[in-house]
Amino acid sequence: MTAASVENGLRSSSTRRAAARARMLRSLLPALSLALVLMAIAWLNPRAISYFGFSLMLNLAIPIALATIAQMFVISGNELDLSIGTFVGFVGCVTATWLKDAPLLGVAVLAGSIGVYALLGALIHLRNLPSIVVTLGMSFVWQGLAILILPKPGGKAPDWLLSIMAFKPPLIPFPIIAALLIAAVVHFGLMRTSYGVILRGSGGNAAALERAGWSLLRTKIVLFALTGLFGVLSGMALIGITTSADANIGNGYTLLSIAGVILGGGEFVGGRVSPIGAVIGALTLALAASPLLTFMHIPPDWQVAANGAILIIVLAARVLISRRER
Amino acid sequence: MAGDSADIVRLDGAEKHFGAVRALDGVDFHVGAGECVGLVGHNGAGKSTLMHMVAGTLVPDSGQIAVRGGIEHNYSVPRAQQLGIRCVFQELSLCPNLSVAENTRINHPALRGLGWRRKAADLIAAKLDEIFPDHSISASDIAGDLSIGRRQTVEVARAFTVTQDPLELVILDEPTSSLDAHTAGQLLAFVRRFVAAGGSCILISHVLGEVLQNADRIVVMRDGKVVAADAAKAFDRDRLVTTMGGAEAREKIAAEIAKREAGPLRVRARPARQEDGKQLVANAGEIIGLAGLAGHGQTDLLLAIFAAASRAKAGIEVTAPVALVAGDRQADGIFPQWSIAENIGIRSLARLRNGLLISPQREAELAEFWRGKIGIRTPDLNNNIFSLSGGNQQKTLFARALGSDAKIVLMDDPMRGVDIGTKLEVYDLVREEARNGRTFLWYTTETEELDNCDHIYVFKNGRIVANLRRDELTEEKIIQSSFGDAA
Repeated sequence: MTAASVENGLRSSSTRRAAARARMLRSLLPALSLALVLMAIAWLNPRAISYFGFSLMLNLAIPIALATIAQMFVISGNELDLSIGTFVGFVGCVTATWLKDAPLLGVAVLAGSIGVYALLGALIHLRNLPSIVVTLGMSFVWQGLAILILPKPGGKAPDWLLSIMAFKPPLIPFPIIAALLIAAVVHFGLMRTSYGVILRGSGGNAAALERAGWSLLRTKIVLFALTGLFGVLSGMALIGITTSADANIGNGYTLLSIAGVILGGGEFVGGRVSPIGAVIGALTLALAASPLLTFMHIPPDWQVAANGAILIIVLAARVLISRRER
Repeated sequence: MAGDSADIVRLDGAEKHFGAVRALDGVDFHVGAGECVGLVGHNGAGKSTLMHMVAGTLVPDSGQIAVRGGIEHNYSVPRAQQLGIRCVFQELSLCPNLSVAENTRINHPALRGLGWRRKAADLIAAKLDEIFPDHSISASDIAGDLSIGRRQTVEVARAFTVTQDPLELVILDEPTSSLDAHTAGQLLAFVRRFVAAGGSCILISHVLGEVLQNADRIVVMRDGKVVAADAAKAFDRDRLVTTMGGAEAREKIAAEIAKREAGPLRVRARPARQEDGKQLVANAGEIIGLAGLAGHGQTDLLLAIFAAASRAKAGIEVTAPVALVAGDRQADGIFPQWSIAENIGIRSLARLRNGLLISPQREAELAEFWRGKIGIRTPDLNNNIFSLSGGNQQKTLFARALGSDAKIVLMDDPMRGVDIGTKLEVYDLVREEARNGRTFLWYTTETEELDNCDHIYVFKNGRIVANLRRDELTEEKIIQSSFGDAA
């Protein structure tokens, strides 16, 4: 009998090991796709693989990574934020105007916008509204506000922000350090802390969490506020790089951020997300978006479509691996 | 024997309404210290509602709740936890995306700060070792990767872990429904140790033998009321069934199965891991049981047969259309957004078609027929499937399979957590359908259900290890083959 149960245990732990292996493979996929894109770039243009090359190619990766992390927080609570792009644009406009000219007002507006995100979370939870609808509506609100603040492209980033983004550390390019830092901080906060478990659990099985006495209202507010916070960081980082703002500057970020989360191994429902994966996904997208395609001599007219093709290939590979996991 | 202060929990005149439905109708209920109370009744009798009140997840419309003699006015989940009352709910309540240790953390606000992961992992591992000595679960396993039975063991073990709050009373709602006999035995033995050490326990189970053997006192519920409460010794199986209002059927089954003509061959299948010549053979009109410990290849074989019906597969021969009744109905069975009628009709779309479209009228007719035949209790078949109780949802899945053109019905432990009244109704129906020439392949973890089968195959490690006729069947034989030396 003991022999039987030991054997039984071995058998089942081997199937679980297989599941763990498949999950490992899936979590390596983002890194793998990044490596693939890097190899392609190295092959097409070896000179790009240098301190200067990376600084240039990954310039825009920081705001994309931050927006992706922002999106990841709502996704880990089974919601979606369709307004993150225009929100980044709005933050950009505030950064390039008020934050420079009237810092107190600027800080208050940015803090207030994070508060608005928290309220949206509360509203979505209390009224049981679909987040897609609420955030789609909000995307027009943010866009409208951005246009009110900055009717035509212009403004100027605060000097301190410019100097942060122009920081040139020795040996390793700044965007890579920033990406590592973002990934490490968020990974610790969401994956390792005890409250991060509760936040992810709210996406995995909300009813179980409520029965254990946790407030789902609070988890939703926290997740949305974190989205707002990282949206603000993304907008500021973007303006620190571009130096001036435009009301439409962040519009592409909504889909980029969603794609980054999914590319990084996250799933739309079930609280399965990976901050490290999300950052890698954002880097991959940033590289595949223009440097790679430019090196491939693909005309700009076709670059958006080529970008989509890369997305489809990587996501299809992910689906194949998840299927093996079952 | 119990004075008020010795009661862990006491409810007086508890009432609860859900719309027009009176779920609880003035129930008095108490649990003493060091007592294991068995709670039995049909699905929908109000057991779960009552337990939700004890656990603090539901507030009674009227009546009061007292814990250790003190009346609680603002009773809630956190308050219940402070007072040491825990509940293992019937629906699995682990977060599938989190590890076993992280799931433990969810029930223990005290597990935080530096090193909480280590503490949580040690806590759950120690408890698993204590209750299920040969469990082979690691605290870092992701809950979603575990089989349904292992998830249930984790959930039970988690309920018995202690950090800052005391542990007085654990409510176990169908704790053994997904466990095999061996693991269920370990759990019940632990419950007895726990009670002997002064803890209290409420045990809800549809396996009446478990309640009779393990409870000190049994409370029977029916239609939202307590209809009987007495020492467990005062009950036997028949009295329990009669009090619950279930039909009595068991004896006549054996006689009925006695002799049947073997019809034409329907299924011949050899499990993928089978090394010797043993194979499963099912003829028309037969009910074939698949037995053995949970998760030893029974479900895999059923799924392989299901796949072989549409695409030829080596080692498996299927000669008629197949339908599957899923075991994990939430995950694999029901379409949560759909109505009851749509859930029944999905397997029969070809017959329900009118030109290119599905005829709502024919769909409604099919559903209406099966509502009458199988007794789905609902005012309106167009209601969402979730308006039904668990047992009735399962009946809907049976209606889906039986209402189809399938000549072979595969059942993947479909009676998990279904009350005895529903079970007996379904057993009757299965036998009736078998008489009409249908073939049933029935995987079950409950030995009693095998009484309905003509032929039983016992599985171990993905292989058939024994092949028993109905008249050779005894529980000992099954256990013997399930645990026998690797034969």
